[in-house]
Amino acid sequence: MSKPTRSRAESIARILPALDYTKIGLSLVIVFFFAFFISPIWTGFVTALKTTGAVTGTTPFIPPGPDGFTLEKWSVAFDYLSTGIVNSLVMSVPSTIASVFLGSIAAYGLTLVDWNERLQFSILVLFLVGIFIPYQAVLVPLSDFWINIVGVDDLIAPVAALPYFTARHSRLFAVTATHVVYAIPICMLLFRGYYMSLSDELIEAAKIDGASITTIYRRIVLPLSKPMIGVVFIYQFTMIWNEFLFSLTLIGSSSSPAATVTLVLSGLGSDLSGVDFGLRMAGAFVAALPTLIIYVLFAEQFAEGLASDN
Amino acid sequence: MARSKDTVTGSGSVSTGAVPNDWRDRLRRFSKSDVVRSFPYWFIPFSIMGLGVYGGIGWNTLISFTDYEGFRERPDITNLDLDMYIQALQDPAVIVTTKNTFILMIVFTTVTMALGLFLAILLDREIRYKEKIQTIYLLPMALSFVVTAQFWLWMYNVNNGLVNVVLGVFGLGPYNWIGSPDLVLWAVIFALVWQFSGYAMVVFLAGLQSLPDDQFEAARVDGASAFKTYWRVIIPQLKSSSVSAAVILLIFALKAFTFLYSMFGQYRVPQATDILATLMVREAFQLQNWAYAAAIASILLVMSLAIIAPYLHYQHKQGSL
Repeated sequence: MSKPTRSRAESIARILPALDYTKIGLSLVIVFFFAFFISPIWTGFVTALKTTGAVTGTTPFIPPGPDGFTLEKWSVAFDYLSTGIVNSLVMSVPSTIASVFLGSIAAYGLTLVDWNERLQFSILVLFLVGIFIPYQAVLVPLSDFWINIVGVDDLIAPVAALPYFTARHSRLFAVTATHVVYAIPICMLLFRGYYMSLSDELIEAAKIDGASITTIYRRIVLPLSKPMIGVVFIYQFTMIWNEFLFSLTLIGSSSSPAATVTLVLSGLGSDLSGVDFGLRMAGAFVAALPTLIIYVLFAEQFAEGLASDN
Repeated sequence: MARSKDTVTGSGSVSTGAVPNDWRDRLRRFSKSDVVRSFPYWFIPFSIMGLGVYGGIGWNTLISFTDYEGFRERPDITNLDLDMYIQALQDPAVIVTTKNTFILMIVFTTVTMALGLFLAILLDREIRYKEKIQTIYLLPMALSFVVTAQFWLWMYNVNNGLVNVVLGVFGLGPYNWIGSPDLVLWAVIFALVWQFSGYAMVVFLAGLQSLPDDQFEAARVDGASAFKTYWRVIIPQLKSSSVSAAVILLIFALKAFTFLYSMFGQYRVPQATDILATLMVREAFQLQNWAYAAAIASILLVMSLAIIAPYLHYQHKQGSL
């Protein structure tokens, strides 16, 4: 009776030194930070599934029981945000495509083509400063430009002829164009880092064969850029979708038919209910859904875009 | 007539010898050269960006010298003076917000970098699910500030928020994180650290992975502890990553507007969290004091240039531009 116990104790004693205490400690720290980063998001998620009574009646991070469970907040939030989602898509997709394209050709002209190095460098510095400046420094001119000089509200935008769009949507056009302009520098920088890592041999060989600058871009650089186009597209789409300051200052009101999803979400709490946290959380998830899906699918590309941001 | 003209120009070119030919030839070669052919590639994006950024800054500076205010008015640029800057220097709101801006910049940047470095060292080894862990740590960075502000508003709720529930386990609180002027700035900084430390981690991890492995080996052979190895050997070599991360975080803190606006749902945020960036947007888009807002924006721009210029100079000296 005592023999097997001893042998078990012995075997435990034998494996004990093999247990690496630092490794256990490390795992605990990693799990702690896992909880730290996920808990606001997790808490928001379970809160969005609760009835109003359960939101205040239960522990915030514990999923609702069967009587406190509801999907009603999600459907209300989705109804409330649906036009904003459409507007954000209409804005983000074209402006991302345009800024990725413009950033790519700018990086090509500044890295893979030989001309005055000094001039290239000064232009590069001007691009880099454009990445960092606070947008507050251009907000007053931007709103003066779009609202007073261009007169976006009186502009019969080409989109007004389409179904769904109204004249107010010309403000959405202003935001889209603004995003393209201010996204060019960062897209240029991301492509520049990639183009500098490309081997020169292929391009030199093409030059010797008499290929023109345009041919080299279309036949060699563009096909080679495919992975980077993915990275920049994912990164830039997330940034433009999440952006708020241009939407707020150029569209103005969260109740405007042209309001983007972030702008509508910012009005969700104050418009409908100050304390309905279930609805707020559901709204936050609905607004974040496209970026969350992209992040789950392409986390690596997003991290790459972020890491080469400097 | 046409023929005689032809002959005249023809004889002219003959009489002056090969010079015009050479000139024309050079022009042709120039037009086919890389400089000219590459012109549309960089010049079109450059001019669009230049108009928006530098045109915008120039215009903003000009507006800051006027008395431009009101709804749907145009600035009067015939009468320029420094009144708005004088007014800004005497405005108590500017003084308070400048102080808050500096607190936010320094505390947020320091804590985020320390945590990011710690996480990078933690994950810079062979562990299972490393990629997955990294993805979770970086997840807040993929979310809009409007979204994370909603999450933290709920986290900080006095009665039901998770922060107070957790502190309650230790017998602390409940604290009114959002309502109390003493706590609200720290609550905001904590939430921003949560959002950005994954980013700092990614930057430091990239720096750590670029270091050769033999340094760890050499330190281990010398019998240095893990802590000493990092402190004495590894961290000093992360200078370049640290500078990059610090600049990005400082610039972010300088222009942070969205998180504050979304958390409080209005232009006027609690005074304890009011920074220059929120003051500027409020003066412009709530109160229509365009010229005054432009002057505050100029102050913000100068502050950001004071960070960017040394950074670009440093990068250039390092040869990493």
